[in-house]
Amino acid sequence: MLRSPLHDLHIELGAKMGPFAGFEMPLWYPSKILAEHKHTRSQASLFDISHMGQASIVGEDSATELEGLIPTDLKSLPLHRMHYCCFTAVNGGILDDLVIACLGQDYFVVMNAARKEHDLNHLRTNIKKSAVLEHTENALIALQGPKATEVLRRLTPEICDLQFMTMGDFAIRGVPCIVSRSGYTGEDGFEISMAAETAMKLAKDLLNEPEVMPAGLGARDSLRLEAGLRLYGQDMDTTTTPVEAGIQWTISKSRRTGGARPGGFPGADVILEQLTNGAGRRFIGMLPQGRAPVRTGTEICLEDGKTIGRVTSGLVAPSVGAPIAMGYIDRDYASPGTQISLLLRGKHVPAEVIRLPFVKHRYQNTVKIQSNSSGGKSNV
Amino acid sequence: MSDTRYSSDHEWARSEDENSATIGITDYAQEQLGDIVFVELPEEGATFDAGDEVAVIESVKAAAELKTPVSGTVTEVNSDLEDSPETVNESPTEDGWFCRLELSDPSELDDLMSEEEYEEFTSNLE
Repeated sequence: MLRSPLHDLHIELGAKMGPFAGFEMPLWYPSKILAEHKHTRSQASLFDISHMGQASIVGEDSATELEGLIPTDLKSLPLHRMHYCCFTAVNGGILDDLVIACLGQDYFVVMNAARKEHDLNHLRTNIKKSAVLEHTENALIALQGPKATEVLRRLTPEICDLQFMTMGDFAIRGVPCIVSRSGYTGEDGFEISMAAETAMKLAKDLLNEPEVMPAGLGARDSLRLEAGLRLYGQDMDTTTTPVEAGIQWTISKSRRTGGARPGGFPGADVILEQLTNGAGRRFIGMLPQGRAPVRTGTEICLEDGKTIGRVTSGLVAPSVGAPIAMGYIDRDYASPGTQISLLLRGKHVPAEVIRLPFVKHRYQNTVKIQSNSSGGKSNV
Repeated sequence: MSDTRYSSDHEWARSEDENSATIGITDYAQEQLGDIVFVELPEEGATFDAGDEVAVIESVKAAAELKTPVSGTVTEVNSDLEDSPETVNESPTEDGWFCRLELSDPSELDDLMSEEEYEEFTSNLE
């Protein structure tokens, strides 16, 4: 089992540790998931996400070569700006979702922990002219919540000028870091990459701030679910296309039919056809009645029992105090307000289709730089 | 004097008199589950064999079930848990009880662990 550079700190803080993508990571601390979740929504929480993959693609052909794997306009991505995107498969499915940042001619990518090996292999197999460098020497932490800015303003005020989905080099209390204004909780926040040996000092400095509490992967999961953010391997995988998964806004206008550089990524025929005609199923939010959480794998059906979809994520939302779920549904039933039924332990639970997210995103310093997104998503 | 007995599945059964027992989950179990957000209780009058699933317990993170450590018929359920499932975290062996059973075979209690034996059992799990 691999360990994060912050492993000893988690033990010291009394974390309940558990396996995640080959790492032993904190699931929750003694305050537990509900309190950590609510603290993140009202104050600021520190998450260790060192298990995620970090890599650089280096060389003058980086943008061209990456565009061969990703349906996003990377050539127009300004310096230090980041974009949420996905590696697509030949069948139009999603190989992984990732965040990519422009470092000039080079690019920096952050990948899902469970897909890191796959992604690096995918990059190295398909990228010939540029170098793919993995940054295993780095730790990665996230400071998330409405008070994150206040905390960092005390430590390194210039960080607070970062716009949402941009990054820069900073020193926090003398520790050199790459900081981005980003995260996966729906809250304003920052992700900080630094050399592993400096992570402990910085994490402790941040935890010493009165607003900051540690939060584990359990709260990270409930927070992202409320924010309607998909989890790879659960809400999307190689059998779901970006259009079905509702992240078609990651496909830039220039890469679409009629754009400047249409297609040229794996599965383009399938994905571009779905962009034109719509996909047969859609990713939606659901509000089940009652109190019971509805989990992954639960069938979505009609009153007469006909199956029309499947739940991929669900829980009792800590901020809402009621069950919420997300999943795929036949497009005929995907409109918000549609009444559906969820088959839970043999019983039908009535539910309503709603527009995601469940909890409004509260990103700060947002600025729209590309007019290429569709579907009204403005969170990236 | 009531006597609490424990199962290797982390349930407890406390005999109230010769023929009935109250059941619930242990402190160890609630700690492993984390924040409990939903409990589905059995119907009064339902009959179960030892090892049967009698209740659903859902934490923020995961679903679990309560398997009764003893056989019997449900005479009372702790319906307060439906509105306040967190009681199971706060007081697993007192206010967080799940249901009372009229025992069909009180001798099953003897097959369960004593408090000392259960403590020994859980200390070897970590």
